[in-house]
Amino acid sequence: MALRRVLGPGVALGRRSCCSKRPLPPDFVEALRAVVGGPNVSTAMAVREQHGHDESMHTCAPPDAVVWPQAVGQVQELAALCYRCRVPMVPFGTGTGLEGGVNAVQGGVCFDLSRMDAIAELSLEDFSVAVEPGVTRKALNSHLRGTGLWFPVDPGADASLCGMAATGASGTNAVRYGTMRPNVLNLRVVLPDGRLLHTAGPGRQARKRAAGYDLTSLFVGSEGTLGFLTQATLRLHPLPEAAAVTTATFPSVRAAVACTVQVLQAAVPVARIEFLDEVMAGACGRFSGLELPAAATLLLELHGSRHGLAEQQQQTEEIVRLNGGSGLAWAEEPEERGRLWAMRHSAWYAALALRPGCQGYSTDVCVPISRLPDVVVETKRDLQDSGLTGPMVGHVGDGNFHCLLVFDAQDPAEAGRVHAFTQRLGRRALAAGGTCTGEHGVGLGKRALLLEELGQEGLDTLRRIKAALDPHNLMNPGKVL
Amino acid sequence: MAALRVLVGVKRVIDYAVKVRVAAGGGGVQTQGVKHSLNPFCEIALEEAVRLRERGAAAEVIAASVGTRLCQDTLRTALALGADRGVLVEVGEGAAPGPREAAAALAALVGRLQPGLVLLGKQAIDDDCNQTGQLLAAMLDWPQGTFASRVELEEGAVRVEREVDGGLETLRLRLPAVLTADLRLNEPRYATLPNIMKAKKKPLEVVGASELGAAILSPPRLRVLKMAEPPGRQGGERVQDVPTLLQRLRSKGRV
Repeated sequence: MALRRVLGPGVALGRRSCCSKRPLPPDFVEALRAVVGGPNVSTAMAVREQHGHDESMHTCAPPDAVVWPQAVGQVQELAALCYRCRVPMVPFGTGTGLEGGVNAVQGGVCFDLSRMDAIAELSLEDFSVAVEPGVTRKALNSHLRGTGLWFPVDPGADASLCGMAATGASGTNAVRYGTMRPNVLNLRVVLPDGRLLHTAGPGRQARKRAAGYDLTSLFVGSEGTLGFLTQATLRLHPLPEAAAVTTATFPSVRAAVACTVQVLQAAVPVARIEFLDEVMAGACGRFSGLELPAAATLLLELHGSRHGLAEQQQQTEEIVRLNGGSGLAWAEEPEERGRLWAMRHSAWYAALALRPGCQGYSTDVCVPISRLPDVVVETKRDLQDSGLTGPMVGHVGDGNFHCLLVFDAQDPAEAGRVHAFTQRLGRRALAAGGTCTGEHGVGLGKRALLLEELGQEGLDTLRRIKAALDPHNLMNPGKVL
Repeated sequence: MAALRVLVGVKRVIDYAVKVRVAAGGGGVQTQGVKHSLNPFCEIALEEAVRLRERGAAAEVIAASVGTRLCQDTLRTALALGADRGVLVEVGEGAAPGPREAAAALAALVGRLQPGLVLLGKQAIDDDCNQTGQLLAAMLDWPQGTFASRVELEEGAVRVEREVDGGLETLRLRLPAVLTADLRLNEPRYATLPNIMKAKKKPLEVVGASELGAAILSPPRLRVLKMAEPPGRQGGERVQDVPTLLQRLRSKGRV
């Protein structure tokens, strides 16, 4: 439906068209069963459809079969089998991606890795832990309760941590704690031919290393196109002693964004700083039953020791007031903080609730902080000129913001306007020295923009690396490149 | 009111996220090498006590547990979450103390420590008994406010909002009293590294059960005869039409 149909197969770059599919070789499913056992292989249509889409609106593309390996050895055997028979392979974690990363556009076998859910090698002194794909970020933090440590990367969904590594995910805490990339110390990868690779060497989790090319960073963000991430060693952080959250309302989008820039330039170590435009603020307030004025709003969180926190609060209040902000009311109890962040995290659903029955599409550009005010204001004007419903929400501390476009998929004119808008937005971000995707990944829909962002040399280099590791293009074909 | 001492009971239970398995022999569940943690309802009770102290309404929070030496870890966690000191009533290996034994041990501790308020979780997630608070109040002949979702201290008394089947009931109890915490009472804090470090230096006393008196040592009145997992799920069966469905149901004696 909608955007993909409007885009048409011609927009996709890549050596194969999205739609070519070969049937599985004879006796192949039997061979899969021989590796993992009958109950762990399914060719039922309902199961395949479940595994053929994520939370984006890309058309569901079911794989030919779904398998559930229970251990890394099985993943290796299955991969070797698929490699021998030239069958495409698609890794699957929680299916909560936003760019169609798990859609099996060329069929093949979907490897549902959720049954591998071990948490191992937890070291409280080294601040590291190794997790398998079945472990989600909330499950890990729950496991860490009582240790004084946490894993701060928090995309909206309760996603698989290895899946987050595969898409280079980020969240509201990135401004202080970083995205996935700096927080992954090692990856246990099953390569397309079944060989096992430890990107930083087996059993190692050095906090810094200068030993050879950075393979860990290569696989982070590879979106399943270079291998299966079957275990990730993660960097943990100490929980803050104290935290405080507040909203602040501003007279204009420019004022809110300028305030963000100044807070960062004042070197306040803000933990989270999120922007909601007036449409989003109104929608979120209504959806979550909180009294939030429909105006440009910032939602900030500070972390620190008790004394340090008071100092940060004072500095922040001054800067907010300087930019015409008002309505500061610090919440320090876990219940109130939880309520404010739950309101922010349900932004997607709040946006959809603005026009029930419509589809949603989220843009994801990221620009240098200095260019942020201009880009946001221009984008807002473009939204209004195009007559689109697109509440804006964003991790402004990183220069990253999302337009949650809500539109009627059955209306080709509106779908066309949405597509044109997102292309203009992508190019606006690129022109400002930014990226077309700050955290969601390239997946199916942004491959054309990737060429514009990296240039021909960049894209050719990516293709050479892909050809070196996956010469038959079997790992999640049709994505990224 | 500033001299109020609060005793909080905390129980060491199998972590809620663990897939529990029946032990070989069917006498209980596997506990060896399985992750244990502080019972979530006890955490809520402890959080309420610590907030009372932080507000100035209480002077001291003592965490107490009844069990083997392994419970010391649970008490250290309670200390990291804000308790001032911990007491373990140590029982031997063997049958784990049930609600009656735990209540007897806590009653003896109350005699020793003289708290003005006892806070417990409403139930433990391993046995779901929901009895210890009530038994303790009866043994001490103190008023009880169970399933508390809101607690307010007044002069010599405590106002408790209880979650009951019909809605919310508010009681005013004279102190000393026993309260048990329900889910919505508060959201417990996480232990932070500095607090975990400080907790290592807080006093943790171990008291043998025999020191506290005979009541605790009487043999348990309940014995687990058998524990078994529910039967595994059988595969389904597809039938082509309604007459066949009825025939299959009849042959299985369901109709």
